[in-house]
Amino acid sequence: MSIAIQHSPQANPAPAGGKASDKAYLQVKNLSVHYGETQALFDVSFDTEKHCVLALIGPSGCGKSTLIKAINRILELTPGTRIGGDVLIQNESIFGQKVDLITLRQRVGMVFQRPNPFPKSIYDNVAYGLRIHGVKDRPTLDEVVEWALKQAALWDEVKDRLRTSALDLSGGQQQRLCIARALAVQPDVLLMDEPCSALDPIASGKIEELIMRLKQDYTILVVTHNMQQAARISDYTALMWLGKLIEHNRTEDVFTNPKEKITEDYITGRSG
Amino acid sequence: MTEHTGPAIQSARQRVTQKTKAPVWALLFESIVRGVTGAVILVLFFLMGTILFRGGGQITPEFLLQAPRDGMTAGGIFPAIMGTFFVVLFMIIMALPLGVFGAVYMVEYSKGGLMSRIIRAAVNNLAGVPSIVFGLFGLGFFVLFVGRNLDYHIYGVPRTAEEVRQIQAELAPLRAEAQDEAMALADEQDIVDPAEREAFIEQYVEEQMPAVSRTVFGQGAMFWAAATLAILVLPFVIVATEEALRAVPPSTREAAYGLGATRWQVIATVVLPQAKPGILTGAILAVARGAGELAPILFVGVTFFTPGLPLTEPINLGLFSIPVVNPFEEFMHLNYHIYTMATQHHDPIGTRGIQFGTTLVLVALTFVMNLMAIMLRRRYSRKG
Repeated sequence: MSIAIQHSPQANPAPAGGKASDKAYLQVKNLSVHYGETQALFDVSFDTEKHCVLALIGPSGCGKSTLIKAINRILELTPGTRIGGDVLIQNESIFGQKVDLITLRQRVGMVFQRPNPFPKSIYDNVAYGLRIHGVKDRPTLDEVVEWALKQAALWDEVKDRLRTSALDLSGGQQQRLCIARALAVQPDVLLMDEPCSALDPIASGKIEELIMRLKQDYTILVVTHNMQQAARISDYTALMWLGKLIEHNRTEDVFTNPKEKITEDYITGRSG
Repeated sequence: MTEHTGPAIQSARQRVTQKTKAPVWALLFESIVRGVTGAVILVLFFLMGTILFRGGGQITPEFLLQAPRDGMTAGGIFPAIMGTFFVVLFMIIMALPLGVFGAVYMVEYSKGGLMSRIIRAAVNNLAGVPSIVFGLFGLGFFVLFVGRNLDYHIYGVPRTAEEVRQIQAELAPLRAEAQDEAMALADEQDIVDPAEREAFIEQYVEEQMPAVSRTVFGQGAMFWAAATLAILVLPFVIVATEEALRAVPPSTREAAYGLGATRWQVIATVVLPQAKPGILTGAILAVARGAGELAPILFVGVTFFTPGLPLTEPINLGLFSIPVVNPFEEFMHLNYHIYTMATQHHDPIGTRGIQFGTTLVLVALTFVMNLMAIMLRRRYSRKG
């Protein structure tokens, strides 16, 4: 089976940089995804502002994870996946001919639903991304590892045991380690696929704090099942329903003044 | 709470809460199972006990460290121990990379197409082939085809009767010349007796003619035996590696891909390190299997007796030299030693002790290797 990537040729040449592109930093245009015969995403389009948190909510199986996995093109690892439409970051298509997958995935970091540290030491986990990009210089690695762990609010807890196995950390610590690992390769966009679903409330709280702090430097897309969490941490909220984007607006508008009946039913718990 | 009082429910509850008596057939089944288990254990104890009891007294430093002597009725089995060790070593050196690469291809690269289905069918069928067939294959393919052709292309050794005739025709003038020389020499030395004269001429001509029958690769050798065993254990290595690779959680692969790793980097830095204990376990089990086989190597290099190890010129390092095993020589093997002592020796009764001693060494060797595999696996599962 081969992976076919279809995407509409980019019609409009991009206006160069500036404030205008900050408003539409990440643009999803008519994105459709098929897994074999099943269509998982139908013509999804929206823009995201730079350095904002966009929460993706919706019932299980509605295509939230598919959507964010399309953005760093990790979706294509699944055999039989076909992607149509386009995703633009700073007006540049991620499906373009000269886009390097490795650079793309470095720019668009990902944190997964379950903490998935490598069975290596804490230090080697954080340094992994740099090492595979060819950084061998010890002082640089040391510095970046410390910086990334501080960014992920984990440094104080692990600074004395960087050489011990990452698997000995608690679930919440492991998830922050995974965030540090993603940050170490200096991404612009962070994709988070239900980062708190496997964590207890205290660990979740720490991750939430972290997300709110990180949005100063990163554009964050976070999938969540937890409505309160979406309301607390996000600037924008998008509701997905059966593979379609139902509503996308400022979070307070979505939660206080939903335009669609489905949204209202979902956030008040009457469906989903 | 509603009471469930329907007749069906009541009878079901009665059946469930009632203490049931085991029927006769269940007791019978249980005793059969116990009996069979006991019989199996008894057989094992009897087997091991005999080998230990009768072979144990045989194990002396001399037995382990010396070659057989006095027409194989005394001395030790050192060449056989080393032959077994080296043939298995060469085997795993060949089988491990091949098997690991094959499994990596099937798990990481192939997309479940025709190619991987063919490989899978081949692996499954390979595991079911009787081991004597591997022996015949080794003889036919490695020794006669690969070996003879190497000899032909490197040393010009003829492969067929046709080629022998051709070479003889080419050498005919040379032979005639040598014959003339020999006759002249015979005249000079006054050799008149016809038989003596003929012998002299023949010997002289043979000495003058270039050697054409020098086989190097086209004969049974440790290398070909190891290659044959490698094919035999290849399915074990492939299956063990495949299982180990599939046991690596997809989430850690995704994490590596998500950080921008290439497929090769994911395999080399995440997948293979995590699969290593499983691969090693498979390798050791393959070694244990390979060490226990005789049929595959029967025709491809195992021999009745060598005075020592087949060695090449040692590597000289000034102060001391390192002996180097020559893999293109015939070798002794524990399994074959047991077989020949029991069936081909002129005094199979008198050499019983040697037979039991050799068996004990073989069993101990295989046991140690299996133990290593178990310990590795246990360490692995405790970590995971």
